[in-house]
Amino acid sequence: MTVESPLLRVEDLTTTFKIPHGVVRAVDHVSFELRRGETLGIVGESGSGKSMTALSILRLVQPPGEIGGGPISFNGRSDLLELSERDMRRIRGAEIGFIFQEPMTALNPVYTIGDQIAEALRVHGRGTRAEARTKSVELLEAVKIPEPERRLRDYPHQLSGGMRQRVLIAIALACQPQLLIADEPTTALDVTIQAEILDLLHEMKERFHLALLLITHDLGVVAGHADRVAVMYAGKLVEQGPMRQIFESPKHPYTQGLLDSIPGGAPGQRLRAIDGAVPNLANLPPGCAFEPRCPKRFELCTSAPPPSYEVGPAQRARCYLYDPGHV
Amino acid sequence: MSLDYARDKPFDSAQGRPLVEVRHLVKQFTRSEGFLSKPSIVHAVNDVSFTVDEGETFGLVGESGSGKTTTGRCILRLIEPTSGEVRFRGDDVLAYSKEAMRQARRQMQIVFQDPYSSLNPRMRVREIIEEPLVIHGIGTRESRTERVVELYRLVGLDPATLDRYPHEFSGGQRQRIGVARALALNPSFIIADEPVSALDVSIQAQVVNLLIELQQKLGLAYLFIAHDLRLVEHICRRTAVMYLGRIVEMGNTALLFNNPRHPYTKALLSAIPVPDPNHKPARIDMNKHDVNFDAPLREVGPGHFAAV
Repeated sequence: MTVESPLLRVEDLTTTFKIPHGVVRAVDHVSFELRRGETLGIVGESGSGKSMTALSILRLVQPPGEIGGGPISFNGRSDLLELSERDMRRIRGAEIGFIFQEPMTALNPVYTIGDQIAEALRVHGRGTRAEARTKSVELLEAVKIPEPERRLRDYPHQLSGGMRQRVLIAIALACQPQLLIADEPTTALDVTIQAEILDLLHEMKERFHLALLLITHDLGVVAGHADRVAVMYAGKLVEQGPMRQIFESPKHPYTQGLLDSIPGGAPGQRLRAIDGAVPNLANLPPGCAFEPRCPKRFELCTSAPPPSYEVGPAQRARCYLYDPGHV
Repeated sequence: MSLDYARDKPFDSAQGRPLVEVRHLVKQFTRSEGFLSKPSIVHAVNDVSFTVDEGETFGLVGESGSGKTTTGRCILRLIEPTSGEVRFRGDDVLAYSKEAMRQARRQMQIVFQDPYSSLNPRMRVREIIEEPLVIHGIGTRESRTERVVELYRLVGLDPATLDRYPHEFSGGQRQRIGVARALALNPSFIIADEPVSALDVSIQAQVVNLLIELQQKLGLAYLFIAHDLRLVEHICRRTAVMYLGRIVEMGNTALLFNNPRHPYTKALLSAIPVPDPNHKPARIDMNKHDVNFDAPLREVGPGHFAAV
């Protein structure tokens, strides 16, 4: 087996927002890699920076947000952050497809489904009107929308939430991207529809040999669909590793707490909650951001934010418990 | 139809005395399709019957549009049902006068899903929690202040923050405030309508623990409306599954989850994402054409009913 170089390599990505009293790091020194045919699940709670990480890769962060750090190497380019906006536009939608959470608002209500898929194709100069139409039908078939010919003439309001998300996946796949970013693709959907959409994403990933960046707050979704998992907390990637290791041998106390707080075990018993609340990014503790809530904290934790330690095969965690000096 | 059920080890303080009885509840909405067409009737809730015992947690699950929220609102008459019967400790709730209903609401309270929009942003949390006491003319100013502090402590908040406004609190704290307000009048029955679905995972567990604790302390009965099946499995002793306005299956939660009988329940349960890498998902699809949705509930096991 040859080791393929990663399709996407993010290094020290740091996205900041200036506020009246300083700077908020919404994404703080985030590094990870993603290979073709692989799914990386990024999990975290609201405000953890998982969506902002995706937007930063796409360079869709609006001012006053500012993307720093890097490089972000992708598909043979050494740094997406160095590209002109014009070149970046050729990558967005073409080489990197993306799907966001709200299938209800992501489609334009005054254009038909056919128009919107064709637009995606034609913006990137893929063929004539007739070719776009044929391709649109193929795409709707690929995402298993029944009667695709007829659906092309439908408007978004005529479709259910699940169908709309299928259309958005079709649009995201229109230009045969190498990387698909799906940000909470099923959060607004019912559980039976969610399962269908996740299966569809998985199938598309296999069929087109995509790299999939799956952003979710649901550890169940990750366990079913990711090859590797990255856990974010307060802008930092606190733990990452192969999916099975993260579930069976989580090293960071936050990951452990998150897994413990899932309902399960003896019915009617108290759940094992993580105490406290997610910290305000504008007012983080001087040490580890999780320290105030951490059941395993000790003196070192308040000193400075912990670096990333190797904690297992291909598994890393930002936690002083794994400092060689700590026994 | 007998609504008796098997009781295995009780994990709430249920005594087996019915507190709330819902019989053949129907809520129709008329929907006008357009200017010239005849309005059509939507059965949001269609012949729904169940009982919640004193001190019990009863789960009502279903996907969006299944009628679970409308059912909850009809019980409190926040929406007037079209027909059917709701009994609270044997009294006919739907026959209550406006004033009698107002009194009855002291006993029956609701906690809403969204802690961001369900608290008045212009009121201090002290006033938010006190308001039900004021409306019902309970106590003096001093005794109410005392009660507010007591409630605030009960839900795990620090009384030093009582004079703050809702926006100064996190989602989990706001939901605690919503619970404190619901408890102000000492109710025996609380409808919790997706009480934690707007919260982060680590905070959800805190609020669920609070609900479990309060039940043990105060002997509350909950109608727990949710779409998170893992959570329902964890805290509800009995569960009813709704689909398109009807209850398609109902029974002891463990029995129902381990041996679902209705095709919809099977499909729903098989679709839950399981946070276990060793879980091999075996999804079951429901073929709508093979299912008779008019079938009445019948007993398929001890205390286990399914519309098959």
